[in-house]
Amino acid sequence: MSAEAVLRATLVVFLAAMLQTVIVSSLVIGGGAPDVLLVVVVAVGLVRGSVPGAVFGFAGGLVVDLLTLDTMGITSLVLTLAGFWAGRYGETTGRDRRFAPVIAVGTVTLAAGLFGYVLHYMLGEEVAAHQALVTALMPAFALNLVLALPLCALVRRMVGEGERTESSREVEVLLG
Amino acid sequence: MPRHRSPRSAALGLTVRRIPTTTSSSRGAGSLRRRSAVGVLVLLSLVLITLSFRSGENGPVASVQSAGSTVLRPFAVGFERVAQPFRDGYGWIESLLDARSDAERLRVENRELRQRAIQSEFARQENDYLRRLLTYVDSVRFPGDFDPVAAEVIGRPAGAFTQAIVLAAGSGSGIRVNDPVVTADGLVGLVTRVTPNTARVQLLIDEEAAASAIDLRTSAPGIVRHARGTRETLVLDRVRKQDRVTVGDEIVTAGWRASGLSSLYPKGIPIGKVTSVGQTDTDLFQQVQVDPFVDFGSLDAVLVLVPTERRR
Repeated sequence: MSAEAVLRATLVVFLAAMLQTVIVSSLVIGGGAPDVLLVVVVAVGLVRGSVPGAVFGFAGGLVVDLLTLDTMGITSLVLTLAGFWAGRYGETTGRDRRFAPVIAVGTVTLAAGLFGYVLHYMLGEEVAAHQALVTALMPAFALNLVLALPLCALVRRMVGEGERTESSREVEVLLG
Repeated sequence: MPRHRSPRSAALGLTVRRIPTTTSSSRGAGSLRRRSAVGVLVLLSLVLITLSFRSGENGPVASVQSAGSTVLRPFAVGFERVAQPFRDGYGWIESLLDARSDAERLRVENRELRQRAIQSEFARQENDYLRRLLTYVDSVRFPGDFDPVAAEVIGRPAGAFTQAIVLAAGSGSGIRVNDPVVTADGLVGLVTRVTPNTARVQLLIDEEAAASAIDLRTSAPGIVRHARGTRETLVLDRVRKQDRVTVGDEIVTAGWRASGLSSLYPKGIPIGKVTSVGQTDTDLFQQVQVDPFVDFGSLDAVLVLVPTERRR
């Protein structure tokens, strides 16, 4: 990634983290709130690749953990894996697919919700499964899907498309 | 037949050539780099979680977090200010949908009446108590022993796992861990973490929050905690079957003190209204559901109750 692209991606992820913590978290619609930062990290992974996805996921999570005074590292871990997976999906199966952002955001939202629940449970924090995995996660899933395409387009425009890190083998057919 | 030619392509007279795009060694290096990067980040996250979890309030991670929070605070406050008009707009549209204009006026009126009623009820109970126990010394402490510290809400829970808010005021304003937090509507929660400029408040609707409370009308005691499987409903737990609690009763903090110990919450702070009461033969206690007076989803500013004696 060029220095300019890194700077732009940093700005986008930082703004998304602030936006999520200060504003979006309180916009509860149907029992859940969208996760703008998660969608942005997935978008960065899709357009720039798995390593930038993981790095910016980690950084975004760190900002959230600092702002909310939550247990350090939890959001970073979840978003690192989310960004990495989205990047790998974009580099392989999801490449050039029109609805790759929607599929990636949907999958990552569900996986992150489940993983976050398990992580909090392992750390001994009381969370009702129904509340975390149904009441809050399902509306968040729907809202994140709605945000997937516009936010991915915005991130692609702001950060720019990354070079392919892994090309598949092409076959050329010569006539004659 | 050439090496890259199948019998089929040979029969059709086609030449098929595979175009190498990347060498296997460069692909291998890229894969290794990728795995190393994510491995390091995951390891770093796990180290942070471990240190944060094990070292507690005074560990190195808490100091870093405190410093980071202080650095990010101006951004959060700035965002909050910028977002406020949009939030107001959102609230306005929401209020249109809910026909909130009339409800708001009635809510304000109701809030004032509720406060007066609670004060009157306590005054009457205190009067009765003093008449009956004339020679007894009244040692009950009232919320008058607290000074309010107004604080703006600058952060909210990032998910469904923690019900907490972050305030733009901290130990520099006299706030300490375990200070109660209220609004004009009633009890909000308890301060659980403090940095010089920010404080984290565990809301009453958090799974781990609890407050000793009483039924204002009958003085039936219990413990208010979050109702599992709901977002903003509370239950008054541990209410004995012989105690009387009815729908519509107001629940307030008990503010007990015994043997030199006292509740973290002052006496008489409104919590909510009883919406249902039930009991089964097998349960030891009644099942009392409470609708909180505070709207935890729209907290913009709160009051932290700082003990007056600490400020002297």
